[in-house]
Amino acid sequence: MSSHDHQSATPVAQKPDTKAIWITFWILLGVTAVEFLIAFTSDSKPFRLITFILLTFVKAYFIVANFMHLRHEVKALIWSVVLPIAFIVWLVAALIYEGGSILGSH
Amino acid sequence: MASHSVSTSNVNLWGGGVEPMKASYGKLMMWFFLMSDTFTFSALLITYGLIRFSHPAYAGPMDHAVFSQEYWPLPDMVFNGIPFLHGVHLPLVFVGIMTFILIMSSVTMVLAVEAGHRMDRNDVQKWMLWTILGGIAFLGCQAWEWTHLIMGSDAGQMVDGKIFHGANLVRNEYGPPAFADLFFFITGFHGTHVLSGVVLNIIIFYNTVIGVYDRTGHYEMVEKVGLYWHFVDLVWVFVFTFFYLI
Repeated sequence: MSSHDHQSATPVAQKPDTKAIWITFWILLGVTAVEFLIAFTSDSKPFRLITFILLTFVKAYFIVANFMHLRHEVKALIWSVVLPIAFIVWLVAALIYEGGSILGSH
Repeated sequence: MASHSVSTSNVNLWGGGVEPMKASYGKLMMWFFLMSDTFTFSALLITYGLIRFSHPAYAGPMDHAVFSQEYWPLPDMVFNGIPFLHGVHLPLVFVGIMTFILIMSSVTMVLAVEAGHRMDRNDVQKWMLWTILGGIAFLGCQAWEWTHLIMGSDAGQMVDGKIFHGANLVRNEYGPPAFADLFFFITGFHGTHVLSGVVLNIIIFYNTVIGVYDRTGHYEMVEKVGLYWHFVDLVWVFVFTFFYLI
């Protein structure tokens, strides 16, 4: 409970402060709309692949940072979450890239 | 690295009450659980990527694509139905609605957490109820999506010498067997997470209504379950990209 005392837990502040939440919502909705636009307008395979993956990480950032409040945690906690995930992302990318060799495709 | 930023030199560390990384035990453990869950979903993503990219992709013109056992199907061609409009080709519209529902229920969850910070029981109840409704709506949509895939199209496809409609774990009319296997396994695993999230949300809602968190003096339980709920939303963002867009 002490971790969020500084935000608005004082009994005086009773007004909802939801502006940041709704901004995040509109960003997520906007990015998803852009993804749909690209899905229906672009035929370029590499462009689609790279854009979709980048936009997915943009959305992931906003969900984790704002909705899950990771942005407001101490640095040690941020790094203990982000660092292992970074290695995992690398592992996923590497294994998928090597996938053709492992399963002998094409 | 800032791993030693929590200075507790003049506090008795063994006396209890010290919170490493300024987060409570429950929140830290929820973060660690979500990390381990990330590993599980990453393993599924690797499996999906390996198998999918070991199959040839469809290379012909986009608007005349047909299903074949030879190549991985285009998602636009498979996921193109919405309820009450049988036979109408509406690619990715229904999954767009599902994505919107889940993002929306994530928003109502943050609003519940925010109301909990203000110790506003009525607001927490209201937003928790909306979150539960969002989760149930998503599960309903997924049930329809599965049914649609399992029943298949009117035309079907020649598989092993006869017309086959829909999908099961052995064969499907859309593409290689692994396509439906991975779809059922990964969206099913995610759907199970949504289901347990809805159950947790209902428990939290019930506790809020009977005033448990007013008695304990804080609404941190809403925050912890909120973390889980956002994670489920996050996983869907990835499922959406890798199953429906790419």
